[in-house]
Parts: sequence; structure tokens; C-alpha cells
Amino acid sequence: MAAALLEVRNLRAGYGPTEVLHGLSFSIEEGSISALLGANGAGKTTTLRALCGMVRTSGEVLFAGQRIDGKATEDIVRMGVAHVPDGRGTFTDLTTEENLRLGAYARREHGSVAEDYERMYRLFPILSERRHQQAGTLSGGQQQMLAVARALMLRPRLLLLDEPSFGLAPMLVKEIFEVMRDINRTQKVTILLVEQNAAMALKLADHAYLVETGSIIMSGPSRDLMNDDAVRRAYLGY
Amino acid sequence: MDAFLHQVFAGLATGGIYASLALALVMIHNATRLVNFAQGEMAMFATYLCWTMIQSGWPYWGAFIATVVLSFVLGVAIERILIRPVERAPVLTTVVVFIGLLLVLNSVAGWIYTYTIKSFPSPFPSKAPFGLTMVSAHELGAIAVTLLVLLLVFLFFRFTPLGLAMRAAAQNPDSSRLVGIRVGWMLALGWGLAAAIGATAGMMVAPIVFLDPNMMTGVLLYAFAAALMGGIDSPGGAVVGGFIVGVLENLVGAYLIGTELKLTVALVLIVGVLVVRPAGLFGRVIVQRV
Repeated sequence: MAAALLEVRNLRAGYGPTEVLHGLSFSIEEGSISALLGANGAGKTTTLRALCGMVRTSGEVLFAGQRIDGKATEDIVRMGVAHVPDGRGTFTDLTTEENLRLGAYARREHGSVAEDYERMYRLFPILSERRHQQAGTLSGGQQQMLAVARALMLRPRLLLLDEPSFGLAPMLVKEIFEVMRDINRTQKVTILLVEQNAAMALKLADHAYLVETGSIIMSGPSRDLMNDDAVRRAYLGY
Repeated sequence: MDAFLHQVFAGLATGGIYASLALALVMIHNATRLVNFAQGEMAMFATYLCWTMIQSGWPYWGAFIATVVLSFVLGVAIERILIRPVERAPVLTTVVVFIGLLLVLNSVAGWIYTYTIKSFPSPFPSKAPFGLTMVSAHELGAIAVTLLVLLLVFLFFRFTPLGLAMRAAAQNPDSSRLVGIRVGWMLALGWGLAAAIGATAGMMVAPIVFLDPNMMTGVLLYAFAAALMGGIDSPGGAVVGGFIVGVLENLVGAYLIGTELKLTVALVLIVGVLVVRPAGLFGRVIVQRV
């Protein structure tokens, strides 16, 4: 078994007095794609936010062997954790290219940033046509691509994706998932994906976790979950 | 005609000063959604610092630059020490902090320097160049300094990575953290820059209105009017608004209502803009779906 890039032990998190995560534990192998599945309100988004220090947490989170729980979001990002947030997080008043430039803000070396714009424009040609346009005027799908591209500009070791398929046409979902697979294979970026579209996510991921009301109730290789009767009935709908 | 042009130039000179202060207001507003009522007093205090340096024998431009730098540092310190603790507090709490800061700076200046009106030197010669008669050298110089400051600010925000990060932090703090921007420090830098810009406005207006702890009260009102007219979230609009307000104030004062009632122009403008076009000339109209 390869070394764990991310190790989460007994993670609890919440908003104000309400606890949303009741002690999650899981680990993610370097170079893998994992998916967190679950219904609305199960705590998937909160899990990703907790990993990035965006909510108050207790428990341990280790990234590449170092404790990152309790660190500031900026510092976690600087270690190479990119996060495509829920709602895309577009800088709406800035241009597409400025959004991409900000993605590379925390990078240590800036020599190859221009090269990376071109790489992103090759991955998402539509962004190239819109490079000097205000990002807020892009369509939802284009903003989703921009969010993924912005995260990749960091050249992250770990990419956290919150519902990349949200509100997108099926064609675009397929396109974005293909890009994911591609960057995972060619650039060895480890991916943790949160999805409601369980069928797509299970097809992409190597490993999946099922989250229900703040706890992991099932985990295993994607193929096993795909063939599990309970999972099929509840999340895949057949 | 000469008298008319004279009024226009005088208006442009003070308008540039309103523009600078309005720009400072807009910068803080874009980062915090609040109007810093103490912006004028911060500029006044900076002008006193400059006066102190000049009194102790510094050359004008040396004192000018030192004041700008010192104001920047003080602006950063004010954000870190006073504003940071109330970052998540309700709006009124922050407003009270702003008003408190206004009163403290005003009183401390009065305490140290007394309320006696002092004259403040202009760095420009007493005679305008090229034999111009409808404009004074200080007015021309103030316009030039203002335009230079505005140009530098524009270039900084438009073309430097730090400027881009500051714009990002002001408009979307959560996403900014997710790309690794230290949002807290960006806000502090914004305060520093606003204080420095305000300081140049103070030093340029002091030879015209003279130096006393209340010198910026009127100027700040005009700057409010300018910022609102241009659109409180639009830096470019604030600048245009500043020049418009400056010229309008002078012409209306000279030809319509007399200089005693000039300050009401600012108030009429503020109310007028809020009633007729709350987003201002260049502001963004916020449309909300219900």
C-alpha cells in the first residue's frame, strides 16, 4: 500500500453550537482519486472545509505527515492543497486571466506561470476565448472550469473538489471528469471529490466513502460500493 | 472670462484633493463595506506631522515623503490594533470605533498643537509659470501631485501581483484565502494606502484652508459627496466625482449662493445622489432577485 498523503483521525467540526461532523476517520493514498458520497446535509462540504481550516475543528488532520488541523487556510494552501469550493468561488469582478493568476499566487516559483496559463487554456479552450472577460459574466459551466483551472494553477499535491458537476449540463460534467482523470494520471495529483452524482463519482474514483449525518458509514474500493445493493438503491437509483 | 476660468482652476485644485480623499474612502469601503469617518482626521494628523518636521528644519519634500511613509505605517497599525478586533462585530460597533478614532485624533491634535490656526507652506513658487494669471502655482502643483498619486495608485492595483491580491481580498475573502492570500494583511495594507493617499490630500489642502484640527471637516464632507457621486464602490468614479464636486462647489459658491453657503453644496449633492441615483455615476447597481 502506498503512503497516505492525507490522514484524518476523529475529525469533528461544526458551525456555532451545532456539530456537523461527528468524528470522521479516513486516509487517502498519494496519487489516488477518492470520493465522498452522501445526501444533502450529510457533511460532505463541511468535511472539505474542515480539511482547509475554514471551520473550527477538533481531531487530527495530517497532510504529508504534518499536522495541518488548526492551521490557517492560507498556510494549508501554501503546502499544496487546492480547493475548488462549493459555489465555485469566482472572483467575479476580475478577468478570467486574473482569476488564473491568483490561483498561482501561493506558488513558490513563478517562472512557469505563463506556461501554465497555456496549459489551462488547452484543457479548457473556452476559457482562452474569454481570457480578458470579467469572470462574473461567464456561464455557470465556464465558471466551474475556471474554478478547476484556478485550483490547478497552484500545481497542488492534493486537489479538493466540491461538487464539480453541480448545475452543469451532462456533456460538461463528462468533460470535467475527463480532465480530472487526466491530471490525476499525468501529473500525479491526488484528488478528493465530493459528489451528489454518485454514479459519475464512483466511475472516476478508486476509493469511495459514504457519509451519512456526519459519520462515514461505509467505505471501500469504488467497484465494491457500486455493486452493493444498499448503495445502489439509495444513491444510484436502480 | 478670466474670473470664471480662475474659479474653474481653483475648483480643479480642491477637486483633486477631494478626489484623493474620496479614493481613500472608497478603498476602505470596498474592503469593509463601511465608510471611514476618521479618514479626514487621519489626514489632518498626518499634515501636523509634516508641519512638525518642516518646523524642525526638514526640507519640504523630505518631510512630504516621510509623512506619506509614516501615514502608511500608522494606517496599518490602526487596522491591526483598532479595526481588527471589531472585524466581525455588527456595523454600528465599527461605526462607533470610526467616530471614536475621529474624536481621539481631533482632540490629540488640539492637545499637542492647540487649536490656533497655523499657516502651512506650499512647496510651489508664489507665481504661476508661463505668466498664467487665472491659476496659482499651488493650484497647478496640487493638481499635478493629485494626478500623480492617482496614477501611481492605478498602476499599483492594475499591474502588480500585490495590487491584484488586494483587489481579490476585498471582493472575495473566502476565495482569496483558498488561493493562499493573507486577507488580514491585505486589509491592513489597504488601510495603510488609504492613510497615505489621505495624507497627500491633507498636505495639499493645508496651504489653502490653513492648518487646524478641524481643517478636514469640510473637506471630508466634499469627499463623501464625491465618493457618492462617482459610486461608493468605484475608485475611478470617486476620482471623477472629486473633480466634479470641486468645480461645482466653486462655481456655485462664486456665482449663485456665495461662499458662506458653499458647504451646503456637498450636503445637497449627497442627498440628491442618494435620492435620484443611489449607485452614483459609475457605481454598480445591485439587483437582487426576490
